[in-house]
Amino acid sequence: MMEMLSYTFMQRALLAALLVGLICSGVAFFVVLKRLSFLGVGVSHTALGGIAVGLVAGVNPILTGSLFAVAAAVVTGSISRLGRFHEDTVIGVFYAAGMAFGITLISSAKGYYPELFSLLFGNILAVSAADLRLLSFVLLGTALFLSLFFKELLALSFDEEMARAGGVPVNALYLGLLAVMALTVMVSVKLVGIVLASALLVIPAATGYRLSSNYRTMLAVSLICGATGSVGGLVLSYYFRVPSGATIVLAMTILFLLSLLVGPRFFARRKSKRAKQDRLEETGQEPCR
Amino acid sequence: MKTLAEIVKVERLAVHMQGHFVLDNISFQVKAGELVGIIGPNGAGKTTLLRVLLGLVKPFSGSAALFGRPSNRLGHDRGKIGYMPQNRSFERRFPLSALDAVLMGLLSPRTLGRPFNRRHRDAGRRALNAVGIPHLANRPFQALSGGEQQRVLLARALARDPALLLLDEPSAGLDITAQHQLMQLLRRLQRERGLTVLLVSHDLTAAAAFADYLICINRTMHLHGNPRQVLHSPGLKEAFRCQFDLLNTAGTREGSEER
Repeated sequence: MMEMLSYTFMQRALLAALLVGLICSGVAFFVVLKRLSFLGVGVSHTALGGIAVGLVAGVNPILTGSLFAVAAAVVTGSISRLGRFHEDTVIGVFYAAGMAFGITLISSAKGYYPELFSLLFGNILAVSAADLRLLSFVLLGTALFLSLFFKELLALSFDEEMARAGGVPVNALYLGLLAVMALTVMVSVKLVGIVLASALLVIPAATGYRLSSNYRTMLAVSLICGATGSVGGLVLSYYFRVPSGATIVLAMTILFLLSLLVGPRFFARRKSKRAKQDRLEETGQEPCR
Repeated sequence: MKTLAEIVKVERLAVHMQGHFVLDNISFQVKAGELVGIIGPNGAGKTTLLRVLLGLVKPFSGSAALFGRPSNRLGHDRGKIGYMPQNRSFERRFPLSALDAVLMGLLSPRTLGRPFNRRHRDAGRRALNAVGIPHLANRPFQALSGGEQQRVLLARALARDPALLLLDEPSAGLDITAQHQLMQLLRRLQRERGLTVLLVSHDLTAAAAFADYLICINRTMHLHGNPRQVLHSPGLKEAFRCQFDLLNTAGTREGSEER
């Protein structure tokens, strides 16, 4: 462990993992409550188009990818709000189109882009001091947006019609949430890669949702799961020498699976099973097959 | 101070959505302190009418005014409206307490970006008290029965101490006892607080039993008047486009002599 901590790149990666875990699980809270999981997948994959533009033009691919991802999220949200199409239909179109554009651009440019693999699957060596600064900045911005409009975003997730009737600027907040989600995906790319970044926007909050019946507990569990899953996954990736994105997602998935075993609904099921067994013993009947 | 007798005034309202008119030539007025039932079959445009009054749907022609102001430019008067949407508009398994759900009724442009304070929480508790479930304040919303959830949603509509209540199928999905209890509670609150209530329902008997007068719509206005007039009008069957008989509590047909 001490050996791992003696490397500067690893210190940076661990700090980045902590920040990514916290940012993603904060945003994931609303992604799960508002059922935006597929939108997260769509936005992260659409970003490949922007990343390709950055790689081919020699500009920071995270910057171009972020612009692409935010634009895709806002356009998807706006089109679905107009009511012409369901959200998943619009996501299905942009998801494929963004990836197709990225693949076509990279193939036709005929260059060699060694960082592409890292951007697809994540690489702890790729985290620079500048990335850490960007992460800190995004964490602050995300925390500010979410805490400032927390109750409005919560109402928007619970009952949008009611929030709208109360005079809450529902459309602006919704598009703001999508933009924050897109930025969150992009700042996670160096650590987890665009293929798996969207998982961080679902798994921590899904674990929190499983374990709690109150949003405050759900948020706390989501943040803890996000931070421990990403730091723990990174440590595993160092020891097993596998891409960090995969181990982080697997670590979080293990926490989610554990929540299925220990969650309140698990206990409710066991209680119900015991009650059924007692009933059969009392009446001497056989259960229906 | 000038008192405004007409809380709601709708004149020759028409709403065009997705290629056809969902409402056409609707006109009515609601005076302060009245409980008005809006009845009609599914797809008649009842919910759309409420959404026009809330300024959420733009009319094609005609006008809808609340408190003397166009419904899409209510400004601060929006705070005088309590709204209870249809029970399918919200997420039933949402992880929040009953009090948290009620507090959402206090959201407005004024509270944007500001946390709820003690005054807001007190208002939320008062609203729960008014609907008779103060003991459920900290109970998870998802653990409540259908009737209790509807009471919480009614408390949410009452939290901002409104002058006008717009209720969209408040008793839908409830058993007959819970329906009756909710409607009685509503009637009591309306009388105690002098509330003006616009109640959308497709349950004719429930609306007729509690409303001061009924408006029957099916895309256009079919009938309006006191419940007895409306229930005995031949136009009611025309509005619902089916044949039916209304039975009174003795089990005989409405309008026929009891044996």
